[in-house]
Amino acid sequence: MAEQTEAKIPTVIADGVDIVYRVNGTGAGRGTATAALNRIMRRKQAEKAAGVRRVHALKKVSFVAYKGEAIGLIGTNGSGKSTLLKAVAGLLPVENGHIYTHGQPSLLGVNAALMNDLTGERNVHLGGLAMGMSREQIKERYDDIVEFSGINEKGDFITLPMRTYSSGMAARLRFSIAAAKDHDVLLIDEALATGDRKFQVRSEERIRELREHAGTVFLVSHNNKSIRDTCERVLWLERGELRMDGPTEDVMKEYEAFTGDKSDKKAAPKKAA
Amino acid sequence: MSQVLDTPPPTQASADDDLAALAARHGLSVSGARPSLPEYVRQLWARRHFITAFATAKLTAQYSQAKLGQIWQVMNPLLNAAVYYFIFGVLLGTSRGVPDYIPFLVTGVFIWTFTQSSIMAGTRAISGNLGLVRALHFPRAALPISFCLQQLQQLLFSMTALVVIILSFGIPVTPRWLLALPALVLQSVFNAGVSMIMARWGAKTPDIAQLMPFVLRTWMYVSGVMWSISKLTKKDHLPHIVTVLLETNPAAVYIDLMRYALIHSFHGKQLPPHVWAAATGWALLAGIGGFIYFWKAEETYGRG
Repeated sequence: MAEQTEAKIPTVIADGVDIVYRVNGTGAGRGTATAALNRIMRRKQAEKAAGVRRVHALKKVSFVAYKGEAIGLIGTNGSGKSTLLKAVAGLLPVENGHIYTHGQPSLLGVNAALMNDLTGERNVHLGGLAMGMSREQIKERYDDIVEFSGINEKGDFITLPMRTYSSGMAARLRFSIAAAKDHDVLLIDEALATGDRKFQVRSEERIRELREHAGTVFLVSHNNKSIRDTCERVLWLERGELRMDGPTEDVMKEYEAFTGDKSDKKAAPKKAA
Repeated sequence: MSQVLDTPPPTQASADDDLAALAARHGLSVSGARPSLPEYVRQLWARRHFITAFATAKLTAQYSQAKLGQIWQVMNPLLNAAVYYFIFGVLLGTSRGVPDYIPFLVTGVFIWTFTQSSIMAGTRAISGNLGLVRALHFPRAALPISFCLQQLQQLLFSMTALVVIILSFGIPVTPRWLLALPALVLQSVFNAGVSMIMARWGAKTPDIAQLMPFVLRTWMYVSGVMWSISKLTKKDHLPHIVTVLLETNPAAVYIDLMRYALIHSFHGKQLPPHVWAAATGWALLAGIGGFIYFWKAEETYGRG
C-alpha cells in the first residue's frame, strides 16, 4: 500500500480556489453613455457603486489530480466547470487560493489559431506551431493528423480552404490538430461531442492514448456516456462548489439522481448528497 | 496503518497547508505566473516559427477570396499612391518646389502606412484576438510582433511597386539604395515597440482602438508625408521648439531616411540633423521599452 502512495505523483493541485468575474455595465440603466463615463470617473471607488457586478464562479474548490488519471467534470450549466478548466490552464486569475501544476496544462483547442481562408494543410502547420510544436514535429505527425481527421476519406479536401468544409469536417480537423500534441496535463471542454459516431469512438481512443503519454486528462462534458467511457474519477461542481469527488460510478449515480436523468436504469433515484 | 483510497476523499479547507506542502514537495509551480524577462525572451524565440507563420497566414488570408488574389498586395499600395497624387499633386499642387514629387510622395505614403498599420494592428493585437489568448499558451508578445511582421511583408510588396515607380521616373539606382535596409530594420523595431505599448493599452481599454485613427491622422499630417519638412523649417518664422519637434518626430525621421536612400534628388542636407542617431535612438527606446512594458502585464492579458 505504501508503494501505491509513492507511485502517485500529483500533477494538478487546487488549494481553496475562489474565482470571481467582474462584469462591467450590468446594473439597471447602466448601459447609457453617462453611466459609462460615471464608471470611468469613479474607477477607484467601490466597484458596486461603479456598476460592476461580481460573479462568484468558484468557491473554495480543492482537489489533487494525479498522473495517469482521467477526471471528468460534471455539473449543470453555469456551475463553473469551464471556469475551473481555464483556471487550471492558468488563463484566469484566482481570487483566493492557489493552483499548482506540473508543467503547462493546455486546453484542447486550437480553433482560435486556425483561419478559415487557408487550406486545411496550412492550418495543420499553423495550429501545430500555435500549440508550440516544432516544425519537425509537425512534419513528422502531419500524415497522422490528416489520416486521423479523415478529411481525405472523401477526396483531396486537405488542400481546400477550411471555409469549404462542412462543420463536422472542420470540427474533426480541429480536434485532430489539437490532439496531435502530447500534453503534461490536458484539459478538454466538450470536444467529444463533435463529428459522427465513428469519429467520436476514434476520439475517445485518442484521449486514452493521450492519457497514457501525458499524465492527467480533465474532461468537461454533458454527455454522461463519454464521461463513463473515458474517466475513472469525477468531480461534480454545483453553483461553483465542489459537491462530490470520487470514482465515476458513485458520483454519476448521485448526479443522475440529482438531475433526474432516467436514462440510466441502474441509478435508483434517491436523495442527492 | 492508514488506508489508501483509490481517489482522495473530498478535501476540506483544513488540508490547505498540506496541499501547498504537497505542491512544493513535488516541484509543482503556480499556474499562469509571469515568466522572468530572460525566460520570456527564450519562450518568444522558441515561438519564432509561429510568429512568422501567423503573419504570413494573415497576409495570405486577406485576399484569398478576391478574384485577383495576391495581385492586390501590389495593387492596393499603387491605388493608394494614385489617390494621394491626384489630390495633393494635381488638385492642390503641393508638388511645387519638390523635385521628383511623385516618388517623394509615394515613398512617404508607404513608409507612413507601415508605421500606421503596425500601430493600429498592435492596438487590436490582444483585444481582437481574445479567443486565441484565452485558448492557448504562448508569450503574448508574439501577437503584436507577428502583426508588425505582417505589415512589414505588406511593405515589401509596396516597395516593389515603389521601385517600379522610381525607375519609371528615371531616378538612377545608386549605392545609397543599400541604406534602405538599415532604415527599414530600425523602423520595424520602432513599430514593434510602439505596437506592444499600444497592445497593452488596447488590452485594458479597447476603446483606444476607436481613438487611434484620429491620433494617427494628426500624426501623419505633421510627419511630412505629403510635404517637405526641410522646406518648412528653412523659413525663419518657426519657433525653434517646433523645428526640433518636427525633425525628431520618428515617423518623419524614417520617412526622410528612405527618401534619402532611394531618391537621388533628395539631398543629404534635407535630412534632419543627426538623423541616424535619432533613428537608432527611437528604435532602441521604443523596442526595448515597449517590450519590457508589454511583458510587465503578461499574466493579465485575456483575463477578467
